Amino acid sequence: MTAPGAAESGGDWWGTEDVCVKFGDTLALDRVWFRAEPGRVSAVVGGDGAGRTTLLRCLAGALAPASGRVRRPARMATGYMSAGSGVYPDLSVTENLAFRATAYRVPPQQARERSAELLARAGLDRVGDRLAGQLSGGMRQKLGVIAAMLHRPDLLVLDEPTTGVDPVSRADLWWLIARAAAGGAAVVLATSYLDEAERAQDVLVLDAGTVLASGTAEQIVAAMPGTLTITSERPAGDAGRRAWRREGRWRVWDPAGLDTEGAVAPGSRDVVMPDLQDAVTVAILARELALVPAGQESR
Amino acid sequence: MTELPAQAVAVTRAFGHFVAVDQVDLEVRPGEVVGLLGANGAGKTTLIRLLLGLLRPSGGEIRLFGEPPSRHTRRRIGYVPQGLGLYDDLTLAENLAFSAAAYGEGPEAAAVPTPLRRYRGTVTGALPLGVQRTAAFAEALAHRPDLLVLDEPTSGVDPLARARLWETVAVAAVAGAGVLVTTHYMDEAGECDRLVIMAAGRVVARGTAQEITGDTRISVVQAGSWAAAFGALEAAGLPVALVGRTLRVPGAPPDAVRRALGDLPAAVTSAPATLEERFFELTLSSGQTEGPS
Repeated sequence: MTAPGAAESGGDWWGTEDVCVKFGDTLALDRVWFRAEPGRVSAVVGGDGAGRTTLLRCLAGALAPASGRVRRPARMATGYMSAGSGVYPDLSVTENLAFRATAYRVPPQQARERSAELLARAGLDRVGDRLAGQLSGGMRQKLGVIAAMLHRPDLLVLDEPTTGVDPVSRADLWWLIARAAAGGAAVVLATSYLDEAERAQDVLVLDAGTVLASGTAEQIVAAMPGTLTITSERPAGDAGRRAWRREGRWRVWDPAGLDTEGAVAPGSRDVVMPDLQDAVTVAILARELALVPAGQESR
Repeated sequence: MTELPAQAVAVTRAFGHFVAVDQVDLEVRPGEVVGLLGANGAGKTTLIRLLLGLLRPSGGEIRLFGEPPSRHTRRRIGYVPQGLGLYDDLTLAENLAFSAAAYGEGPEAAAVPTPLRRYRGTVTGALPLGVQRTAAFAEALAHRPDLLVLDEPTSGVDPLARARLWETVAVAAVAGAGVLVTTHYMDEAGECDRLVIMAAGRVVARGTAQEITGDTRISVVQAGSWAAAFGALEAAGLPVALVGRTLRVPGAPPDAVRRALGDLPAAVTSAPATLEERFFELTLSSGQTEGPS
């Protein structure tokens, strides 16, 4: 039997088993099970305060859980980019990578070749002498990911690599992520963009420290309870609390056939096949409705 | 004639030799949500600063409600900047009161909206990002502006909170405000009536998402081993993107992709491009690089 909070290695996957993390009286992670496999990209999604960063810090070995187990490779075989890129603003691009290579004992020649290749592919080859603190947001994020994957880690953990980044830099970042996975790393990334989660092979949806859903995007969509309809008008009454706007129309979630009583005008509604964005929105909404009973809502 | 909330006519703005905005025409009509898309360095932020009257054009003309930008037109604009523009050290209620006073509005404009009431006495810097965004929207809308300018309004919030922010935008538009919004998130293009794409300081496409994507197609690769196919396409210098276990290759026809794969087992087909892929193509073919920083 392993002691609570212990880290384990070995086996063909990394992740957490029944992990709880407490900050004072707050339960930041509440019995979280998560699995990241070699050669696959896993996305951890959720809003502000969902627990994404806490989970990623556990995986990176930067935080010990109060209970449960973390399965992770040795520190030298882990690559971690904290939120905000984690590069040294006062060092140049090449100095940042040289420093990282030394810390992870990458042979100098190999480090130079791999740095040059990744920098060129990410469009950073002409800014090697620029201080990291003077890079644009997208460039700094790309440097952060390159620094984290430079030593070919078995587990690559990236905290919001693409938040606030423009689409061109985002494409470069995804190329780096795919490259790491193609090389056999298990890649775990936190994101608030669901189109990115849809690109990942596995998805974990967190809210307030608990797992709302997990699996492939298809599995999460298939597991969504109830039905979803589209209407052109915001529905009135109780159905309005279960409605949200998307692409100029209204999605209405019906957990159990409640809307047959005419809350939504007949003829104006169509049942739709949900996608990941719908399924995650439903998961967050269901939780919110359970926390705020009818008649007490703030809307 | 209805006055246009915002209009740029052949507007150019140079900084030294660098032309940030180059001969741009743009209109925002009442009740319309216009999405402004562009990579970093495309000129979006400079264009917004020109429209707000914070910068003067080097050439061309900016008109707000039919007249040049002035203190008078500024009062009719609601603006949510990327950094939200709230005072971290003031409580939420103090932020709203300060803004209402700055716009010369009465206490009704300073009222804290119901969903935010439980946070009214909290120092704004300590609030969750989603709450701060909602507050910044409330502040920008309190004086019932006729033009709403939003710079990446939904960055970093969950999908339900994002849907609610877009609902706020839609309500303002239905009430007659013109809305100009920038986003890096192509899924949100569907919330806009019209899109304008900028690259290298110029407008390179405009219309609905469907009109902009048109009949552009890309190649799709389903391989036995995506990692091996990724390596082969990469070695051939093709711009390859991983989506699940599928590879998407914009800008290369299926036969070229097939050749690059050599004898790897893979099915290569073609599929309609997404807006993001089309955007990518437009930006690359404009020759844009990130501007000087």
